[in-house]
Amino acid sequence: MKAYTTKEKIQHFLISNAVPIIFILMSAVAIPLSGFSATYLVQEMLIRLARNSFLVLSLIIPIVAGMGLNFGMVLGAMAGQIGLILVSDWAVVGMRGLLLAAMIATPIAIGLGYVCGAVLNRAKGREMVTSYILGFFVNGIYQLTVLYGFGKLVPIGNAELVLSRGYGIRNAINLAGMRHALDYLVPIKIGTLNVPVGTYLTIALFCLFIVWFRRTKLGQDMRAIGQDMGVAGAAGIPVEKTRIIAIIISTVLACYGQIIFLQNIGTMNTYNSHDQAGMFAIAALLIGGATVSKATIPNVFVGVVLFHLMFVVSPMAGKQLMGQAQIGEYFRVFVSYGIIAISLALHAWKRQKDRERARRSLRGEA
Amino acid sequence: MNEKLKGFIEEAGWPRVIIGLFLLSLFVAAPFVKVRVDASISDTLVRFGMNGILVLAMVPMIQSGCGLNFGLPLGIIAGLLGAVTSIQLAFTGMLGFLTALAIAIPLAALFGTAYGLLLNRVKGDEMMIATYVGFSSVAFMCMMWLLLPYTSPTMIWGYGGSGLRTTISVEGYWLHILSDFLSLQIGQYLYVPTGMFIFFGFMCFLMWAFLHTKTGTAMTAVGSNPEFARASGIDVNRMRVVSVVLSTVLAAIGIIVYQQSFGFIQLYMGPFYMAFPAVAAILLGGASVHKASMVNVVIGTFLFQGILTMTPSVINSLLQTDMSEVIRIVVSNGMILYALTRKVQVKR
Repeated sequence: MKAYTTKEKIQHFLISNAVPIIFILMSAVAIPLSGFSATYLVQEMLIRLARNSFLVLSLIIPIVAGMGLNFGMVLGAMAGQIGLILVSDWAVVGMRGLLLAAMIATPIAIGLGYVCGAVLNRAKGREMVTSYILGFFVNGIYQLTVLYGFGKLVPIGNAELVLSRGYGIRNAINLAGMRHALDYLVPIKIGTLNVPVGTYLTIALFCLFIVWFRRTKLGQDMRAIGQDMGVAGAAGIPVEKTRIIAIIISTVLACYGQIIFLQNIGTMNTYNSHDQAGMFAIAALLIGGATVSKATIPNVFVGVVLFHLMFVVSPMAGKQLMGQAQIGEYFRVFVSYGIIAISLALHAWKRQKDRERARRSLRGEA
Repeated sequence: MNEKLKGFIEEAGWPRVIIGLFLLSLFVAAPFVKVRVDASISDTLVRFGMNGILVLAMVPMIQSGCGLNFGLPLGIIAGLLGAVTSIQLAFTGMLGFLTALAIAIPLAALFGTAYGLLLNRVKGDEMMIATYVGFSSVAFMCMMWLLLPYTSPTMIWGYGGSGLRTTISVEGYWLHILSDFLSLQIGQYLYVPTGMFIFFGFMCFLMWAFLHTKTGTAMTAVGSNPEFARASGIDVNRMRVVSVVLSTVLAAIGIIVYQQSFGFIQLYMGPFYMAFPAVAAILLGGASVHKASMVNVVIGTFLFQGILTMTPSVINSLLQTDMSEVIRIVVSNGMILYALTRKVQVKR
């Protein structure tokens, strides 16, 4: 075994963490430009870390199972929103409301997760694009349900939720009764900073769950499938079933993640919230240094902080630099999409190179 | 008879049969809910002509095995640049339209080459990466539309005096320049944009002819079996780049044809989701992820645009609600999903 020199180690570190490093440098330039105070930024990051981490964490398990980024997590987000709509109609508030919403949403998320897993089993090798389109497709069905079914087939009593025509849910729902119910379950203030301890505890609990889950039989099976589906199948692991379970877990967690996200924000954008959830979660995870085939818990937190730092800072920085906040706004959209494109491309490129190398080694010395 | 029907359904695939019947029933139902059939047909024809070339742009990449071109917005951006520049130069009429094409095509070829080289490095993952290449290029151009030094007063924001507007009218420049060429007006409602059809037909013919040249055949070979193609001495990577360039150029032409009929150039987030209807249309026409023909393009565009035209008017009058948007989402994405999950069946 060859010992690596310090230089090689540093090189390796820089290459494998290229994306987060670029983002740190970009933030280092943009933060002074934006002129935000440190306290403001720390407060924002604390809130956003609580708001988004759970959603991002829900992406990890399918990656372990070798299914790539689960763009189908929006299915879970939709299930969570249906739960929240019903709960706000019944006017159950506070922590009880959140728990009830989660209880209603869980079976829906399990059902959707099962469908998603079954569909992805028919599209092995192109899970990502399929789950992405599936997200759009189910979005159509969600709209059909919420815009036409709610108030007609599903009785909705609260007139504030329903469109003036008598059925269909309004575009924005006020979740004031549930706002911060989880965040400030345990009220703690450090100086002037509000710390959403309740949410952090939930997230910590969930991280422990992931660590534990990876060590279980099921978790090990998933890793085996992620390495090589054929070998895992030959070893007697039920590949298709395990893949479905991975997606179901991810969908259910995304559903809870969306509920946590929305209780923090306090208003729900009935027809858009879930769309953004998927994109932002995936961009954040990739910015944290994860790839399509490897994601760790630190990736999640680094990613959420860096992505949202840029999110907060770039419009102001754009305004100071170019004189137009709009430029910064577009820049941040560009970066979110660009980073996904680049990470996906780099990963695919690396895989192709590996495959070529493997083929060459079979051919022997020329 | 039963056997024949079964064979036909198997050939066409269930989704297409269902959607075909759905469209037919919409046309049948139209008169009963006081929707004019001739006006509907006219709308369908216009939309067919508008979108045809964008759908045709899918063909080369499918044939060469690069999959569905979700990166269509890249070509559309080249077309937008051509259109905007032509208006900036204040060329009107046919000259303006041709200038737009003349600027857009080389740009598209340039973008397409870079895009093709990228896709060559990510074989097997083309579709997902193409989607995000499309998205990020649209977002990048959002910044550019604000910054590029265009000055024509019809295009820039009235206040501030810089930055292009979100929608730019082509009226007075080259509105309907192609549609009105030899166009027919039958009665009060039925309008046939002959010029657009001729142009679309011509493009289809070129595509068809190209696929039968030596290069075209080689491209198809790359798509059906890359290993075999390589063994017979075809440069696989080059063929793939050629197909991507063709697709991007067709997208650029397609959007300009679209604009001259629609009447507006849509910038900023306009091109964002434009790939999805085109992808859905060609799949609806019977193409698979690996194989597409001109017939698929024509049938698919007609069915898809027919549904888009008919659902708002008919369903609206029938149920008193506008469900067209939701139906569009479900149909188009359902179609793409169907194609992606279809197991390749070997006919014995």
